Amino acid sequence: MADTYIERMPGVSSTVLGADEIILNMGPQHPSTHGVLRVKLKLDGERVVDSECIIGYLHRGVEKIAEHRSYQQFAPYVDRMDYVAAVSNGLGYCEAVEKLLGAEAPPRARVVRTILTELQRIASHLVWLGTHALDIGALTPVFYCFREREEILKIFEKYCGARLTTHAFRIGGLQYETYDGLEEEVKRFCVDFEHKIDEYSTLLTENRIWVGRTKGVGKLSAEDAIALGVSGPVLRASGVPWDIRKAMPYAAYDQFKFEIPIAQSGDTYDRYIVRMEEMRQSRLICLQAIENIPVGPIMARIGKVLKPPPGEVYHSIEAPKGELGYYIVSDGSTQPYRVRVRPPSFINLQAFDRMARGSLVADVVAIIGTIDIVLGEVDR
Amino acid sequence: MPYLLPVFYGIVIVMVLPLLAGYIVLLERKVMADMQARLGPMRVGPHGLLQPIADALKLLIKEDIVPAKADKMIFLLAPLVSVTMALLAYAALPFGPVFQIADLDIGLLFILAISSLGVYGIVLGGWASNSHFSLLGAMRSAAQLVSYETAAGLALISALLLGGSLSMKSLVEAQDQAGAWFIFFAPCGFFIYLVASIAETNRAPFDLPEAESELVAGYMTEYSGFRWSLYFLAEYANMIVVAGIATTLFLGGWLRPFASFHGHVMGTPIEILDIFPALLFFAIGGYCFWRAPRQPVQIQKLVMVLVGGLFLVLAAVMFGSLFVPATMPGIHGAFWFLAKVLVYIYAFLWFRFTFPRYRFDQLMKLGWQFLIPLALTNVLGVGIAQILRQQLGWNAFAAFGLTLLGTIGVAAWLISLNDRRDRDRAAAAAAAAAAPAGGD
Repeated sequence: MADTYIERMPGVSSTVLGADEIILNMGPQHPSTHGVLRVKLKLDGERVVDSECIIGYLHRGVEKIAEHRSYQQFAPYVDRMDYVAAVSNGLGYCEAVEKLLGAEAPPRARVVRTILTELQRIASHLVWLGTHALDIGALTPVFYCFREREEILKIFEKYCGARLTTHAFRIGGLQYETYDGLEEEVKRFCVDFEHKIDEYSTLLTENRIWVGRTKGVGKLSAEDAIALGVSGPVLRASGVPWDIRKAMPYAAYDQFKFEIPIAQSGDTYDRYIVRMEEMRQSRLICLQAIENIPVGPIMARIGKVLKPPPGEVYHSIEAPKGELGYYIVSDGSTQPYRVRVRPPSFINLQAFDRMARGSLVADVVAIIGTIDIVLGEVDR
Repeated sequence: MPYLLPVFYGIVIVMVLPLLAGYIVLLERKVMADMQARLGPMRVGPHGLLQPIADALKLLIKEDIVPAKADKMIFLLAPLVSVTMALLAYAALPFGPVFQIADLDIGLLFILAISSLGVYGIVLGGWASNSHFSLLGAMRSAAQLVSYETAAGLALISALLLGGSLSMKSLVEAQDQAGAWFIFFAPCGFFIYLVASIAETNRAPFDLPEAESELVAGYMTEYSGFRWSLYFLAEYANMIVVAGIATTLFLGGWLRPFASFHGHVMGTPIEILDIFPALLFFAIGGYCFWRAPRQPVQIQKLVMVLVGGLFLVLAAVMFGSLFVPATMPGIHGAFWFLAKVLVYIYAFLWFRFTFPRYRFDQLMKLGWQFLIPLALTNVLGVGIAQILRQQLGWNAFAAFGLTLLGTIGVAAWLISLNDRRDRDRAAAAAAAAAAPAGGD
């Protein structure tokens, strides 16, 4: 039985199995691989000896599609990559094209973009927190998290009509003026949200089982993290204070005061702490921004047909999951010659093997959860 | 004729138990929904009251799939082993002074022996499925059961020391004579049994054998339809069994709370506290009638009225039995027993929705390095207290209070010891990881 079964599986299984080892195939249909990730584990008992991530089950050729769409037409497609943080994806793409055009969004648009992107960061982290806790066996936080996320999605829906794949921004600024009451709604959410984060903290932060399940699990040293190209909260939890919002400010981040939470030991618990603190910081950014939205136009004067000069540009932003970069080559026509996306999930997922080796099967789901991947972005 | 009555009891249990298990599932979903800020089942019947019946029908008509390379014979039989053992344990469980199939002299031993056989069903089913998830689940289950049976057994010994018998019936009678439930004499024993019994029934936070996010569904991954529901029934039947054991040994079995308080309603032999069950059912029935017109659909109004009527009938039975002394202990005993069992099960549900899941090595550590030493200390403490009380004539409060403090002290020491050991090990691991990196 074993021979034929293993022969059909490439990669890990091509190595010789020891007498006590088995191959466990997790996914692509598995409750906690967050979509269609397939992980092949070589196990000795329950201990992971070797692992391999097999991706591509959600590949849609997003980058190729870009070559046959005009710059504006491609903008809605980027929302479908990291679909739990669509607003951030849109921001990265719009800013990259603006950089290519040499244009800049007006100040009002930039502040509104910042507010919506930070709300999106909170929403994305809430999805992470809920599903991560669910993977580790805490059934309840996910419902609280989605309840709060709902409030954010309502704001998005009121602003641009869509909840998930929002296409909120346009190249050169914003399509829509803010609706009446946006400020109050964001403010109310931010004020309420402070207590809500404390509520999640009481459920998890000092819970003995939670600490036991996350502390020391999936350790990633700062050197490894840098070598693997990891970014975002995973990198910061390893002690590297690298955040593009501070390092290379975009949108309106240079106008606001906020801190970059970091932690030292780079384990699952630290990543949890870092993301929780990031939600608090995002909340503070929203509160500052909502007080000072400048008056003025919301769209730069860039014309209806976009024909960027030939050349190339790389622009990256700090998406909720890490550095989201767009590399765009223009040949001077209305369609991009090449678009290459640097998706944070895809690159962070590289660290999986490093974190999982030597841990137990139960840790594997915790590690998948803590990297915070979205398969739409990994596979594109 | 004396043989007919146990047979009748047996038939009642086998017929009622699946229904009870179904409604415990409904209770679980409702409690879960309540804790998670949502409504839970609302569609089938008013407030989802008929959901268990709909679920049971669905499970019965689902296809029974046997994986192609499974060991067919064992695969088909394994769930039966589990459910049979779960049901057999009911033979010695006293649902009241009357309603008990057999009052065995070794009742407790019998229940423990039979219910631990249920793991065969899990191991065989997991092995026969020919799936790695099932196999891992089955192995976890076997290891977990062996570890926690020890702790649970040792915890029960403290109650046996107090009761001086293995017969379930005389254990309850001993609590009646002692004037207090054994939980007050041996709270540590009760606590250890609570934790160990959750682990024994594979419930969260110890639900590793069926850990959904890790092993899909553990040992029952490959099962479907009726056979799956047999495993499910076995799990819930086992929950009731462990709750029944805890109720009998620590919570006074069928005894009414404040059993030694005999305040009578003026001029009658009826005790005031005995009216409470009737009032409770009456209140629930009245609430159902009050809610009935507010149901959205005609049929739901009708069902609500029927449920209300059912509770009024129950209230009438509870009240009527007060006037027929022959039936009174049986009916009221069963009420109090089931009420305590449900409270115990509520604790199970509460833990499930509150705590994350333990990891396998942490589970083993908790069992072997904390619960078992603590259970041994507890047995020793209860034994010393018994000697102080019986041989030296100490007051019960002083004797048990002293040993309880000692046991709690040992628990605190064990926790700090384990924590320190964990820290040392983590530090050693970090040092080992750092050493080669520093070398090159």
